[in-house]
Amino acid sequence: MLREKYTDEVRRILAKYPADQKRSAVMPLLYLAQREGGYITKGALQEIAEICEITSTEVASIIGFYSLYYDEPAGIYHIQVCTDLPCALRGADEFLQKLCENLGIKVGETTVDGKITVEAVMCLAGCHRAPMFQVQSGDGLVYHEDQTVESAMQLIETLRAKE
Amino acid sequence: MTDYILLRHREIPGLNTLEGYRATGGFNALRKVITTMQPDQVTEVVKASGLRGRGGAGFPTGMKWSFIDKKTYPHYVVANADESEPGTFKDREIMESNPFQFLEGVAICAFAVEAKAAYIYLRGEFWQVANSLDEKIAEMEAARLLGDKLFGTDATLRIFTHLGAGAYICGEETAMLESLEGKLGQPRLRPPFPPSYGLYGKPTIVNNVETLTNLPLILDKGAEWYRSFGTDKSPGTKVFSLSGNVNRPGNYELPLGTTFRQLIFEHGGGIPAEHKIKAIMPAGASSSLIIASEEALDTPMDYESVPKVGAQLGSASVIVVDDSVNIAWLLNKTIHFFKHESCGKCTPCREGTYWMLHLTERLTSTSATQADVDLLNSVASQIKGKCLCALGEFSIEAVLSGIERFPQDFPPISNSAS
Repeated sequence: MLREKYTDEVRRILAKYPADQKRSAVMPLLYLAQREGGYITKGALQEIAEICEITSTEVASIIGFYSLYYDEPAGIYHIQVCTDLPCALRGADEFLQKLCENLGIKVGETTVDGKITVEAVMCLAGCHRAPMFQVQSGDGLVYHEDQTVESAMQLIETLRAKE
Repeated sequence: MTDYILLRHREIPGLNTLEGYRATGGFNALRKVITTMQPDQVTEVVKASGLRGRGGAGFPTGMKWSFIDKKTYPHYVVANADESEPGTFKDREIMESNPFQFLEGVAICAFAVEAKAAYIYLRGEFWQVANSLDEKIAEMEAARLLGDKLFGTDATLRIFTHLGAGAYICGEETAMLESLEGKLGQPRLRPPFPPSYGLYGKPTIVNNVETLTNLPLILDKGAEWYRSFGTDKSPGTKVFSLSGNVNRPGNYELPLGTTFRQLIFEHGGGIPAEHKIKAIMPAGASSSLIIASEEALDTPMDYESVPKVGAQLGSASVIVVDDSVNIAWLLNKTIHFFKHESCGKCTPCREGTYWMLHLTERLTSTSATQADVDLLNSVASQIKGKCLCALGEFSIEAVLSGIERFPQDFPPISNSAS
């Protein structure tokens, strides 16, 4: 599994921390596990617990505590729109609402093709270029700033066309 | 010519490449400290410069370093790159565009506090920034600017990045250390403070990205040179993140002591047409709301002056609010953030932010009454001074100041304010 498929990466992650502090590798390993399928499977959770020498309950609590980890499948692409105060002062709430209307979903839902999930998230440090969002997927996290509903819809069509 | 210390990439093209950075004297300061100075001498220069922590607390950096426990080793340095305060986006620009100056700063700090390993803790959303820093770190290793026997001495240093995963609380230094140890990001009871009991229980210095990025030029040009910027008690420049209802939001590096008026109207281009400035939050969502009076606008933005108009400078994330905004709505926004980000460890914050969220939701509905305002004020006052860390304490700043200073925006509302 992770150790077999990503042998070098697991070794590189562990090498960042002191040999007696394997537990520190839990967060980067969770990202690694999430790269496939966009969420952490029960099997991956168990394996990470073994690598880090902690219990699977402890790994599960980490997944629950931090908002960028998922333990169940959702859309392939998470469109995460910041609606915190500075963005809201620049129209982020209206942007999010119109984007969802265009996609025919409510905030937090996934489109029928199972590809796009739209979420409202906390500040992303892009306040000066609002409305803005990030796209989280197995490929990582990418920022998109100074957005309009039109530019966002164009991007979403590009993402949908990818396979 | 602007006097940039931090955002030098704006006038020096190619500063984000190793070659370009070295061409402007990059790593001269690191070479100087490692080959000619003792760690304590570096700390003395930083003390003399008057540099204060740029993450928000404004604690004197050199003094923090001098607290490091010299009886226990290894020592660690942790760079706080968790930048998550609503309204703050300065560290991101520094790391994206002037990365080597930041990394050189990390190295100088590590030498001064005798650490052989440094971790950069970035918020998970800065995934692209972390990838780019990993490349820069590899380039530095290849150029023997990191690793063993630096500059022909016995000095050793390695720098690693570590990504968080979406938790504002990890910007609090002890929560950050817990997170780096692979645990839930929840603050520790202090004392002991990190310089005596930090990462893995070892002496640790946690400094903000902007703080560290000041170091190469301070060590290169000296404390006196640094003190020629800013004010006597708040020396140097600061990156002000300007956002909200303003024509030109963005980062502005200006001397500490620049007034709100200069930042908002000269640099930021003022308020969008047909509106007037109503309130200022100088420290992001954690800030008290200042009434944007003439006196407030002429207040210098430094650590001593901002408290005189009833707020803190903090991370200098200046959110501008115009007269189209209802303050009860604004409080609902800030409390929604703090309720979501409360780590749940201490009761006043966990329960308090939950109830404040319900109350601010009610205040933005049509059924709001004066009793709701009084109850919100009461809940906020009961949180005050009782939390384990600053998150809970900061959550009430806007609430208490908003109710006190903008009573016209709270029920019973006579006109049809939005």
